Amino acid sequence: MDKETKSVLIDPFLIKNPITIQVLGICSALAVTTQLKPAIVMSLALTAVLICSNTAISLLRNKIPGSIRIITQLAVIASLVIIADQILRAYAFDVARQLSVFVGLIITNCIVMGRAEAFAMGNPPGKAALDGLANGAGYSLILITVAFFRELLGSGKLLGHVVLERAADGGWYFPNGLMVLSPGAFFLIGLFIWIQRSLTPRLNEEA
Amino acid sequence: MELFNIFIRSVFMENMALVYFLGMCSFLAVSKKVETANGLGMAVVFVLAITTPLNNLITNYLLKEGALGWALGPEKAAGIDLSFLSFIAYIATIAAVVQLVEMAIDKFSPALYASLGVFLPLIAVNCAILGASLFMQQREYNLAESTVYGIGSGVGWWMAILALAAIRERLKYSNVPAPLRGLGITFLISGLMAMGFSIFGGIKL
Repeated sequence: MDKETKSVLIDPFLIKNPITIQVLGICSALAVTTQLKPAIVMSLALTAVLICSNTAISLLRNKIPGSIRIITQLAVIASLVIIADQILRAYAFDVARQLSVFVGLIITNCIVMGRAEAFAMGNPPGKAALDGLANGAGYSLILITVAFFRELLGSGKLLGHVVLERAADGGWYFPNGLMVLSPGAFFLIGLFIWIQRSLTPRLNEEA
Repeated sequence: MELFNIFIRSVFMENMALVYFLGMCSFLAVSKKVETANGLGMAVVFVLAITTPLNNLITNYLLKEGALGWALGPEKAAGIDLSFLSFIAYIATIAAVVQLVEMAIDKFSPALYASLGVFLPLIAVNCAILGASLFMQQREYNLAESTVYGIGSGVGWWMAILALAAIRERLKYSNVPAPLRGLGITFLISGLMAMGFSIFGGIKL
């Protein structure tokens, strides 16, 4: 593996993480992370869509006229998201219900558009697929970590199994209600950014 | 009265940005200055007010099960359900409307174009716009309700980004720890704002 491919594969995990550094795809990272299971399903759906859309757009890159490229990319992405949505409804109906509109919102998830525009339009299909995989994985890393803490601290469970016995059920743990509500997600991601940038100070922003 | 309730609910209790986290990318990225945040907020209200009712018409007269009754006759249309096409239909409408609005504003009001123009292309991929259409479909609003819902969610989003931009302008004078500067502190502030907004969650209308 040459150096460039390696950086395409590894950078999106930390130093170019789509959520904490590129600020892409925040909406779903906050909204579907109250529990671990929907977060995992969402990560898988997004990664699959991202790999396919990057490959498809990279294959079409020399045929797309510049002036209508946004709408062409949207059409490709929307078709892929429809497929993902139909598959989820057929095989994982409960989770699809829980995710509600957020599966549809993968279309406007900035990661997919952003990678199509920034990478797939200028690189061959193989590399674009790798870039899709790596960015999908970087997104999943944050999503699953956030969901892990929100479900554990917010309801004392992991994937629906009781880990910390709640006081209401005769245990010792008093759940932190803040984690289940929306502010919890903002605070957790804010803290991740803080930790990550303290460890690698060159990522710090001015002002 | 029902319409008024929908408006109040979409501005406060179901605020697009702070309760449903929609349109977060531009919410965080374009909130450095009050002036630009204001421009983007107005553009969002404008586009939402047009696209939500338009997508409502598309759902009710083209996509829903039996919706094609006006063209094919009720018996033939009964078995046709095109709602799986809704994602692609909605996003195409939004992209087309944004393009049209951009051209119209450019022609009729150059002053408005100068303040909104740069933001319009961004809006096609703002999840708040698509999100409003999807919520409208899920809750089966009628035409009047979806118009009010579109405007209400737009106003709520506008208010939220304006507030965040005002806070961030003041933040320039405070001593934030280096690793938190920029994105990190913005997340924490939005969290505090979301906490404030969760007060409205208890109100029943």
